[in-house]
Amino acid sequence: MAQRIKVGMADLNVVKSPGILVTLGLGSCVGIALYDEQVKVAGLSHIMLPSSKMIKNNQNKAKFADTAILLLIERMLAFGAKKDRLKAKIAGGAQMFSSTSNSNSLLKIGERNVISTLEVLDSLNIPVVGQDTGGNYGRSIELYAETGILLIKTIGHGIKEI
Amino acid sequence: MDFLDGMHLDVLKEIGNIGAGNAATSLSKLLSRRIDMNVPEVKLIHFDQLEMVVGGAENLVVGVYLEFTGDIQGTILFVLDRLSANNLLYLLIPNYSTKNESDFSPLECSALQEVGNILAGAYLGSISVLTGLSIKHSTPAFAFDMAGAILSVPMIEFGQMGEQALFIENVFIDGSNKIKGNFFLMPNIDSYPIILKALGVYKWHKE
Repeated sequence: MAQRIKVGMADLNVVKSPGILVTLGLGSCVGIALYDEQVKVAGLSHIMLPSSKMIKNNQNKAKFADTAILLLIERMLAFGAKKDRLKAKIAGGAQMFSSTSNSNSLLKIGERNVISTLEVLDSLNIPVVGQDTGGNYGRSIELYAETGILLIKTIGHGIKEI
Repeated sequence: MDFLDGMHLDVLKEIGNIGAGNAATSLSKLLSRRIDMNVPEVKLIHFDQLEMVVGGAENLVVGVYLEFTGDIQGTILFVLDRLSANNLLYLLIPNYSTKNESDFSPLECSALQEVGNILAGAYLGSISVLTGLSIKHSTPAFAFDMAGAILSVPMIEFGQMGEQALFIENVFIDGSNKIKGNFFLMPNIDSYPIILKALGVYKWHKE
């Protein structure tokens, strides 16, 4: 029985094959999956906000796209992964409620989380090999360390693998 | 949330209590029947505990979301499980019967949004009367999805301040039909001192 580890909101974790990392009910948050195929080490981060730089209360590195990705890589290296072998898949970043007033940037936070995540990955030269983001629905995701497959489950929008 | 001490929580709890009373009255008028409510719970909840509040991150729930602005700003989220939503619709719509278990029709969405609208108005109205602050709210937005995904919207707002969220949670119960709703009232961080000052309790807090 493969080890199944839950990754909560503003949290991250790393497993070796045959472990599975799971995040339930991603809304505007983004799930960032990193994978080193050679050593079969997988890391999953569940970020809530695009950047730690705009916010004073930023001690929890796993909460922000910029700091979470760096921390996740650091943890994966400890498991024997190599940075230049890492590939990324991302999911989430939905807009759960359609905007009622244009004023609030909070409602577009999903989109901003996705943009920031892609920018950070790009700056680290980590290729994004799969992406399922946007829309107005929640996602639960499972990352398999054995294969690197990211399974995405939704309610009413099907199941897919990337 | 470190600046909130026990007394501030008590004050917010009392606001929640009065708001809930008005909301229950409004709901009762709308449905033309008696609506009971529990004593509201004011809780600081860590992200990790979020799921327990709503019966699991993947639990399917209805969410009605509003924003308020004016002297204070923040968000309101009204969360109902599917059964409670159906029971509520049964009371709201004449000759109602559920046709589709997996989604809501535009009429059903609209009816549930209106309930959210009325409850938000009742809550904010009581805060406004108590504090003398001017508050207006947006039209409601509707979602039917995983609880974790819906609750992440207000949680992200709180994620900018810290690791915990303040929930003023009320459960409304219609004896025979079990309409259970969770009402989350979340002023933004700058609004707390304004509310507490308006109520004359902020000065007791060591700044």
